[in-house]
Amino acid sequence: MDRILETESVTKTYRLGKIDVPVLHGIDLSVKQGEFAAIMGPSGSGKSTLLNIIGCLDRPTSGRVLIDCIDTSTLSDNELAVIRGRKIGFVFQTFNLVARLSAQRNVEMPMIYQDVPRNARVKRARELLTLFGLSDRMDHKPPEMSGGQRQRVALARALANDPALILADEPTGNLDSKTGKEILRILEDLNERGRTILIVTHDHEIAGKCDRIIRLKDGVIET
Amino acid sequence: MAKIIDQLKTLPQRLLTIMIFLLVWEIAVKAGLLYPSPVPPASSVLGALKDLAFESIFWEHTFVSMQRILSGYALAIIIAVPLGFAVGWSTTLERYLDPLLQTFRQIPLMALFPVFILFFGTGELPCILIIMLAAMWCILLSTISSVQNIDPFLVKTARSVGTSQWDMLRKVVLPSAVPSIFTGMRYAYTDILLVLIAVEMLGVNGGWGIIVSSHEHHGQSHTVMYAILISMAIVGVIVNYIFVALERRLCRWKETIEIT
Repeated sequence: MDRILETESVTKTYRLGKIDVPVLHGIDLSVKQGEFAAIMGPSGSGKSTLLNIIGCLDRPTSGRVLIDCIDTSTLSDNELAVIRGRKIGFVFQTFNLVARLSAQRNVEMPMIYQDVPRNARVKRARELLTLFGLSDRMDHKPPEMSGGQRQRVALARALANDPALILADEPTGNLDSKTGKEILRILEDLNERGRTILIVTHDHEIAGKCDRIIRLKDGVIET
Repeated sequence: MAKIIDQLKTLPQRLLTIMIFLLVWEIAVKAGLLYPSPVPPASSVLGALKDLAFESIFWEHTFVSMQRILSGYALAIIIAVPLGFAVGWSTTLERYLDPLLQTFRQIPLMALFPVFILFFGTGELPCILIIMLAAMWCILLSTISSVQNIDPFLVKTARSVGTSQWDMLRKVVLPSAVPSIFTGMRYAYTDILLVLIAVEMLGVNGGWGIIVSSHEHHGQSHTVMYAILISMAIVGVIVNYIFVALERRLCRWKETIEIT
């Protein structure tokens, strides 16, 4: 199977005043197309930092990240924005939806930045929201929705540009266990249809459903 | 409309402290507590203020000062806002420009005025330029800090949906920074006034500074001078309200990018 994601000796060091705080020490990781992998590890082990670097939201201090065989370390900020927009879908623990926009407009947002024509993006947004059981909530704004509904809108937004890779940072962390299970079922379903999913989680039940668990401790992958 | 009615309802409370201040002033002077008093009683100053409102010469001077303020403000905004965005957004640019800006900021503006006269002559230009500089620092620093302190949650969300650098600046950073930029503009007015009056007192053509100094030096009447000072404060309050109203209108944007 093709590799959709590869990291080579990725390190990340944050500078706090005059002190260097190393977070990641040489991460070598590869994820195959269609894989459902979990990143687990104690708080502060660098899970979210790694996910941000993989998602091109942050740059590594050294090392390379290859998304779909493209070396992202050589790309400009605008080229990275295109990679994020087209190849990666993000789901966050905190939903990160725009409060004043309707569910449909929130889902349209990534398509706006990829210049998808209006009619096509409205159609796609409505299809995705219907797929996630939100056909009667399209015009509702996030503050009028429950946590589970918001996360489903966020999932629809993540899928808007049909990305090959979904990165989810504790997607069920803010949800009760029943709603969390619903979201997990959606992710499993997406994976069964061929989507690659990388999920940061503390939840062993979620990790148990994944093909592979990547354990991170003190900025290194435990073998 | 309901807002205006609400404000009118609270007007007596808002004016209460001012009334008490005027009353204390009046009693203190009339009772001779400030003898020999350099200050006339509040009632005489308010009387002079009323007369001043009907004097065309006062309005002409006000017009001259206002023109200078507006020109200086406009130039300051045109320069400081884009510069503030660039320095706030680019850490590289900040590294290069910050030491220069911080050094220039420490130069007392009034000391620069003779240099400006040497370079630009004695017309309006040096006056407007010095007002521009006075306004610029407040606006520049508030723009830089507002861009640097933008909510990282917001930036992360925008990045995650594939926003380009330009869209990020235009659609995320600018709307978030507007309130702080307005605060900078409001604070800048105080700096502007300080420099404006000093420059006008040095003897440029017309303006508030001239009428203040003429009443001060020629001893015509201290009462009129105090009336002019109060009128300047009133204009300042009006300018502040205009900025607050503008800010409220523009900051409807802010709501659009609240993340939940």
